[in-house]
Amino acid sequence: MADFGYGLTPGKGINLDDCNSDLFQKIVERSPDILKCIACGSCTSTCSGSIFSRVSFRRSILLLERGENREALNTLKGCMLCGKCFIICPRGINTRDIILTVNQYYKKELL
Amino acid sequence: MIADVLIIGGGPAGLESAACISEFGHKAVLIERESQLGGHLLKWDRLFPDSIPSSQFCERLTGNTGNSKVITNSNILSIKRDNGRFISKLTTGESVESKTLLMTTGFALFAAEKKQEYGYNLYNRVITNSDLEDIFKKGTVTGTEKPAKIGFVHCVGSRDEKACNRNCSKVCCVTAVKQAIELKEMFPESEIFCFYMDLRMFGRGYEDLYLEAQTKYGIRFIRGRVSEVSEDINGNLIIKAEDTLISKPVRITLNLLVLMTGIIPDQDNSNLIQQLGVKLADDGFVYSPDPLYGSGKTNIDGLFVAGSVTGPKTLPEVINEARSTSLEIHNYLISKD
Repeated sequence: MADFGYGLTPGKGINLDDCNSDLFQKIVERSPDILKCIACGSCTSTCSGSIFSRVSFRRSILLLERGENREALNTLKGCMLCGKCFIICPRGINTRDIILTVNQYYKKELL
Repeated sequence: MIADVLIIGGGPAGLESAACISEFGHKAVLIERESQLGGHLLKWDRLFPDSIPSSQFCERLTGNTGNSKVITNSNILSIKRDNGRFISKLTTGESVESKTLLMTTGFALFAAEKKQEYGYNLYNRVITNSDLEDIFKKGTVTGTEKPAKIGFVHCVGSRDEKACNRNCSKVCCVTAVKQAIELKEMFPESEIFCFYMDLRMFGRGYEDLYLEAQTKYGIRFIRGRVSEVSEDINGNLIIKAEDTLISKPVRITLNLLVLMTGIIPDQDNSNLIQQLGVKLADDGFVYSPDPLYGSGKTNIDGLFVAGSVTGPKTLPEVINEARSTSLEIHNYLISKD
């Protein structure tokens, strides 16, 4: 085959056919609040850590749902559990509870 | 006083119903708590999406109430059912005996000061959509110089469990776009930013208005809900949000902030609702037992509704509903004769 000078870069896109949401489903069972997110971004904008690190609760929920577990955990790493996002969330999502649940399951799975 | 229908509320729904019921040949009495007819129309300057003056539309409605008797500055003091008829005592001292009752009591705007993080009533340069219409009516912003940077916050008290209103208020998206365009016309040098969660341009001509706001007026739309507003030493406002499409927190200094307050049930009617035993839905608006086929009906025989008393609606929807409920009332009245 002719070499056109292009290579395939794996891992950039999300293939929903292969995405593994098993862990997300486990979290849903424990903290069904996670399904309520409307991605308004209030949590990230009010987050004390978000301007210094990549922490974004909204983004991590989406990543978990899409099966991008490792990136989700990275996105939550800077969280200090201050609870400001819980106060601001218009859907009243118990963010703290979800973050702790994520921690419990994912630490085991990803280590 | 004896009537076929007692209409409670002299806004667009009540006024159009009064005209229709008269046309059907029934006797209607319309009561309004304020001194002037028109309801929320009186507070608005121009109407979306075609910028028709609110006063013009209001005059058209108030000029045609048929043979209905109109009583302003009047509220219901007490109401009871006697032999299938409604006996209503008014605050003006009159008593009305009617075969049916039509609630067109409308809605209330969410009290923006309840969202303390937005600083309404704390910071001078934070105003509401309703205050802005006042400014448009007067044609000037008093107290401040020309604002160079202006922001709009969508969904204030809407889609917000903390504000006890989970629902979308439906008409604020297009109202914000309309008001942003009007402000840009008033201050052509200004930069305008709209902070939204979702833009719901569902009606005819709304999407065109949105496109015009983007292209002709250069209004910028940022997808993210404002989380905090604070004031700096010069009285300017510092706004924090997340630009969710870029996934980065944003910060901006503005000279004027407009809060798009949402539509909530009017608590002033709770007395009436209690006395009659009207069933409310979870959202606090009047419950519709037959929402697809009989939107004018309630859980009480002989009590009808039209307009925003059953949730946020656009003006054409309110007018159409007033007409359809009037027809329902007409059919009810002839079935009882």
